Amino acid sequence: MSIEQTVNANVKPQTFSDGSPMLASTWSDAPGFWGWLTTIDHKRIGKRYIATAFVFFVLGGLLALAMRTQLIKPENGLMGPDRYNQLFSMHGTSMMFLFAVPIMEAVAVYIVPLMVGTRNIAFPRLNAFSYWVYLFGGVMIWIAFAMNVGPEAGWFSYVPLASSDFSPGKRTDFWAQMITFTEVSALAIAVELVATILKTRAPGMTLARMPLFVWSMLVTSFMVIFAMPAVMLSSSFLIADRLVGTHFYNAAEGGDALLWQHLFWFFGHPEVYIIFLPALGMVSSIVETFSRRPIFARTAMTLALIATGFFAFGLWVHHMFATGLPALGNSFYTAASMVIAIPSGVQIFAWIATIGSGRPYFATPLLFVFGFFAIFVLGGLTGVMLASVPLDLQVHDTYFVVAHFHYVLIGGAVFPLFGAFYYWFPKFTGRMLDETLGKWNFWLFFVGFNVTFFPMHYLGLIGMPRRVYTYPTGLGWDIWNLIATLGGYVIGVSVLIFIVNVVRSLRNGALAGDNPWHAPSLEWATSSPPPSYNFAAIPCVESAVPLWSSREELPALSGVREDRREILLTRATDAEPQITWGMPAPSIWPLVSSFAVTLLFIWSIFDSWGVIWGTLPLAVALTGWFWPRKDDRGLKSEKE
Amino acid sequence: MNALQSALAPAADQAQAIDGIWHLMLWICVPMYVLVLIGMAVVILRMRRVAPEFTPATPSDTQISRGLTLWVIVIVAGLIVLTLGSFFVDRRLIPGAQADVNIRITAQQWWWRVEYVSADASQRFMTANELHLPLGKTVHIDLMSGDVIHSFWVPNLSGKRDLIPGRTNTIELTPRQLGTFRGQCAEFCGLQHAKMAMLVFVDNENDFKAWWQRQVQARNELPSDVAKQGEQLFVSSTCAMCHTVRGTTAGSLAGPDLTHLASRHTLAAGALPLNAGSLAAWLADPQQQKPGTNMPTIDLEPDQLNALVAYLLSLK
Repeated sequence: MSIEQTVNANVKPQTFSDGSPMLASTWSDAPGFWGWLTTIDHKRIGKRYIATAFVFFVLGGLLALAMRTQLIKPENGLMGPDRYNQLFSMHGTSMMFLFAVPIMEAVAVYIVPLMVGTRNIAFPRLNAFSYWVYLFGGVMIWIAFAMNVGPEAGWFSYVPLASSDFSPGKRTDFWAQMITFTEVSALAIAVELVATILKTRAPGMTLARMPLFVWSMLVTSFMVIFAMPAVMLSSSFLIADRLVGTHFYNAAEGGDALLWQHLFWFFGHPEVYIIFLPALGMVSSIVETFSRRPIFARTAMTLALIATGFFAFGLWVHHMFATGLPALGNSFYTAASMVIAIPSGVQIFAWIATIGSGRPYFATPLLFVFGFFAIFVLGGLTGVMLASVPLDLQVHDTYFVVAHFHYVLIGGAVFPLFGAFYYWFPKFTGRMLDETLGKWNFWLFFVGFNVTFFPMHYLGLIGMPRRVYTYPTGLGWDIWNLIATLGGYVIGVSVLIFIVNVVRSLRNGALAGDNPWHAPSLEWATSSPPPSYNFAAIPCVESAVPLWSSREELPALSGVREDRREILLTRATDAEPQITWGMPAPSIWPLVSSFAVTLLFIWSIFDSWGVIWGTLPLAVALTGWFWPRKDDRGLKSEKE
Repeated sequence: MNALQSALAPAADQAQAIDGIWHLMLWICVPMYVLVLIGMAVVILRMRRVAPEFTPATPSDTQISRGLTLWVIVIVAGLIVLTLGSFFVDRRLIPGAQADVNIRITAQQWWWRVEYVSADASQRFMTANELHLPLGKTVHIDLMSGDVIHSFWVPNLSGKRDLIPGRTNTIELTPRQLGTFRGQCAEFCGLQHAKMAMLVFVDNENDFKAWWQRQVQARNELPSDVAKQGEQLFVSSTCAMCHTVRGTTAGSLAGPDLTHLASRHTLAAGALPLNAGSLAAWLADPQQQKPGTNMPTIDLEPDQLNALVAYLLSLK
């Protein structure tokens, strides 16, 4: 094989974090603020992505607390309908588009390149661009909200309510353009992750040996690639209807209001799994490490992830059972929705069996996994109930559904995410999070969560619809709303404890060392936090749990050039080395391009000619980005 | 438990059938959940406090694999039962060919226009925000929207059905219990989605017929001079631009038909109870009572307000 002429196999370095000065200088960023702006290091971008998404999580949570406070008693006058409708629209929008999807991708941006043993994410400039576009989109919608032009038609923006007839002004236009921002950034990351996972895995990391978190991100990224175009299409139609008078959704002119719902939920349902699958991957990582045995039924687990991703596209109509679609079609979507329970059940069994048959030890990440089991399974079972057309017709758009999807999304995604935070924080920062605060964080979250959301099941059954800014007394809803609100405050305290824990541990946390949990996957082979080049040499993998194999040290490949930003590409299936690939150097152009994109998107809200003239600065920025330059491939040795 | 607006107190065939599937769900899902919790509890109880030093375990997984197969079989069996159950209950909700009573509801921001349909043109009438249904009869309601998407939902009677511009959906109800029930719009429809309710009265057949006979008539004789002044004001001012009172020149369909307003129990789609005080407050400043409502605020002198209140309350 030709690769053997450039790469000498099986040279063991002292450690994976101890690279040569040449390697360090090749991969390092420019110093100071300029370096901060131009960096394309997946770890720096991943960290700022995580921090930004977490800020949106806290903001969205504060909106939720304001809503719960309004609902603490019947006929409460804390806020009027206009304010309340904006609050729940922004809560859903922030949580779904600015927190849940981005933070899962953010963790992947940081962890996946380390887990597969490469030096940077594929298309690193696109990665930087994606972050800036996401940031500007999120900041735009929050500034709009602060200036009283935030969205008001819900995170789902059903037409005709969201049309210019019933939502005049610019509020919904900002919402629709925020979709464009976040979808561009999500699609960019999905492409990077697919390329990273399929082409840059460490030699020997065959698909069968790939960590389940990486598998979950591969499936998720493909889902993003197939699902996001539907919402971009639907929001573009909406923008066109609102701004240039097309009639895609106008029934009076031959359009169709239900077209929006089909397009939106064709994206919207997979979206739930786009949030949920990475969380499953996180759970698998945590369970494997803390059970101290390889995960039980790996193949079945992998197939479960793929099956979930596949089925996710076949059940969007279960959001539309009440719209009066043909009954036979609805029955198909009932069956399809129920089928999801099979892969989920397989995974739950496999995790519990893994812990039960391993030698588990307890730490906060595992605590969050147990919380995940208890909450998510309940949410999954109410999901089975909602799959049934007749039962859904009763509880659809009631607090039962609010309870269901918070059980699924908080239980199924946020609990694993917090667990993953406690698990990977040492890798991100080099320091451990405090275990005592961690347990407080968990128990307050767990109790607060159930106190908030469990009564909502009952509230929905006794008739309380969603999205109401107030309710009359005398329907038996008062006490349950009061309890739910109090539970909400407990969750708030728990998140506050988490923030305190992070701030304290960043300064005074115990030093972590390379692998504090004795975990099996490659991200733990290098130092915490990892050096700019991730690995001094490219690790070679001989099993699904490389750091647990009996050898003293991982075998490693050398021969990848150190005087330029070079990584090893391997074959998609069996990870045989194929070729080395020069990666681009840090650049300011992704940031400039994202400015140009932001200008175009916001301009088009106010003037449809913005779409035309806004392309000019973007063209300039992209020309700058792709202009061939000698040092683009970072050839230090040739320059010196 | 309050049974005015509750899926757990079924009072019609349709809600009863759905209640059946709800209980089937509970009988299957609760044991499944308990099984998972038991599994978790066993694992946690067997866990010993051990140090994190690494000694990898390599247990034989043959036994557990059999457990997994069994588990999948249990899940699949449960899902088959639930899917079939849903399928058959769903078929029972589909409207049949014939109905004893036909009603047409057009939802508007934020109230319900109700038309009782009859082959005999003299027997048709319009009302708003309240339904009367005969006990034990089959009722078909055609559902339409005048603006955005709404959803018709009276949980004691059946599941919900959307009202979508450009489409007509039909829901069938067969009430089996006398009484009053409350329904509420269940699809977010803008500012006052929260205050878009309706009351449903299930009457015995005689009461129902008597009610219908009253509703088809024009407004009754006015009892007092004040009421007559009120009507004068009503037909000559902004009121008549949106509302109908049959028997007068006011005949606009933009707002609710008020011919028998005083026979109803609430104002503004359940936002207020119907009495002199709340009616006066509503007329004086609708935007205060239901911010965003399409009813405009009209400048009224106190005596004009009194006359209008007296007039409207006389429309029995």
